[in-house]
Amino acid sequence: MQALVIVAHGSHLNPGSSAPTFEHADTIRATGAFDEVREAFWKEEPHFREVLRTVAADELYVVPLFISEGYFTEQVIPRELRLEDWSVEDWESPDGITATHATYEATDVDKTVHYAGPAGTHEAMSDVIVRRAESVTGDPDVGDGFGLAVVGHGTNRNEHSARAIEYHAERIRERGRFEEVKALFMDEEPEVDDVTDYFESDDVVVVPLFVADGYHTQEDIPEDMGLTEDYRQGWETPATVDGHRIWYAGAVGTEPLTADVLLERAADAGADVGDAIERVREETRVDAPGTAD
Amino acid sequence: MQDAQVDALLAAAEAGVACDGLEVTTGPEGYALTVDGERHEGLDGDGIRAIAADHPRYVENWHFWASAVPAGEDRRAFLRWLEDLPAGTEPATETSAAAEGGPEAPTILDRLDHGVQATWGQLHVSVSHAGGGRRSYALTHVEDAPVSEDGGESTLETFEDPLDARQIAKRDDRERYRPLSTAPTLSTGWLFPSLTADDLVRAVEAFYPATIPNWHRERVGDLDVTHWTQTARRQTGIYDVVEELPQEAVDWVAEACCVDSQCLKRREWQYDDESDVAVDGGEGTFPCREPCSLVVAAARKWAILESETERTYEFELTPSEKHQLEELIDAVADGRVDEIREADVNDGANRYRARYLRAKRLDEDGELPDASDGTE
Repeated sequence: MQALVIVAHGSHLNPGSSAPTFEHADTIRATGAFDEVREAFWKEEPHFREVLRTVAADELYVVPLFISEGYFTEQVIPRELRLEDWSVEDWESPDGITATHATYEATDVDKTVHYAGPAGTHEAMSDVIVRRAESVTGDPDVGDGFGLAVVGHGTNRNEHSARAIEYHAERIRERGRFEEVKALFMDEEPEVDDVTDYFESDDVVVVPLFVADGYHTQEDIPEDMGLTEDYRQGWETPATVDGHRIWYAGAVGTEPLTADVLLERAADAGADVGDAIERVREETRVDAPGTAD
Repeated sequence: MQDAQVDALLAAAEAGVACDGLEVTTGPEGYALTVDGERHEGLDGDGIRAIAADHPRYVENWHFWASAVPAGEDRRAFLRWLEDLPAGTEPATETSAAAEGGPEAPTILDRLDHGVQATWGQLHVSVSHAGGGRRSYALTHVEDAPVSEDGGESTLETFEDPLDARQIAKRDDRERYRPLSTAPTLSTGWLFPSLTADDLVRAVEAFYPATIPNWHRERVGDLDVTHWTQTARRQTGIYDVVEELPQEAVDWVAEACCVDSQCLKRREWQYDDESDVAVDGGEGTFPCREPCSLVVAAARKWAILESETERTYEFELTPSEKHQLEELIDAVADGRVDEIREADVNDGANRYRARYLRAKRLDEDGELPDASDGTE
């Protein structure tokens, strides 16, 4: 038997924090690719510390629904899961964006744990960012005449975080689909506050590389970009700022296609997921206007 | 009883069957079968079929436990505990009912006809017989039980998908977020009228994550308790400071957070291997094996607050005002602020009483002036 365990941050204060994790878990559950799919959290239950005993399967694929390699994926999660002899070197990711997986025994359960790199640095996350642009504009072919900003924390928070943002921006830029693609940051240059300075295009889609919507994506960034004076009053999509139309997408992790990244991570780590990846990609796609059934 | 159930019984006999008064083994002499207290030896397949046909309830009951319960010894033990049955282990090695003194299959199924009730935290489970040995589980809040069998005049909102439990568990009856699953604030007004064994376990695990495996570990003497000092030492980042909390403060943490009025888990962790926490662990059905993330997060705050040095203040208060401060602390700590009636000015935590005290004793910054040095 094989199980997928999605590990995420969760919150003691915000009831919505776990919602994307639950949704992606449900999407994957519905494919039947795993005997069990379990969600676990740092701040909710089951806690990382106790999740492995809640599944009956003996082959466990643990995928962090986190954006970058760093404190949580390298220290907290392996420690709390009790992965025996965990070492960050096992991920063979000196650049902080190329971790795939490594395999361990956990000290409190008789199971094999395949510990995968975070969702946020998987190459498939580039597709989720693009999909997010499609869903916020309602246009499955969005790109012509559009700029795309991928937004993250800067290095002040986590040096690998900025690298993940640049990695996806570069990959999407190479595809040539959007007129311009930029990596912007909250606490370093180029800053998201000045988003319109960095784009020639009239239309700019802004996609924050965050797992869940919360303070940063729903309060900070919208106000900093000038979408609204006060986040509590909401904002238009698109909102006009300095003559540009800003299509603000909110956290990329809420996009249904994120389930695909979790599946890809598990598959890369050796899970047999059958045709689940293709199915999730198909089921979560954005229909062109008028074609939705 | 269906032929398929007997086919399954014959297939399972190779490994040995023992379940609630039914035992089947195979050997060179053919099958041996014990049922209803009588042992039959040297049987062939048809012999088994003939005897099984006279005792369908034994076979049906066995078939349920052999094929319709989720994988995992802990889940199986939980499902049997609900019916007050000996836990057994895997089907093949399960101790016979006679050896454990448990009831036999016909008695077990008869009991289910009336519904067997069990309580797990604030969850009420009613197990009934859905025919052919299969069980049907109704799950609701203890305060909403018992539910009439036909659901008749029930005003409860009904659910079928066990994973809906995640959303039900998210908020209390006042729509406030519940960050602690096992807080005794589970909302009421919902009912899962008919769950399979698999789905019941899923729902229970969504309401109270990890309670089944930890309860089971404790029953088999294998609960891995992590005491306060071990948990505190392991913390890093912003929680590094938790380790500095004084031992006596850990008692206060447990009294604040871990008693039955705040959490339905029974605290089994202590200060360390040698020193207990000086507070009762509670009466909960399922154990708490380690300080949870809420306790760690709160303890971080207390560790920072406890690093302050005590000093002496001088305030002017009447005896009644001092008593009122005590009443205010009690009212907040016991969560009864919302119950105090608007005009009940006899209660020190009444809003008008608190506003009066503030008007009289606090300065324009909302501070209690310290008469000893003229500052706060």
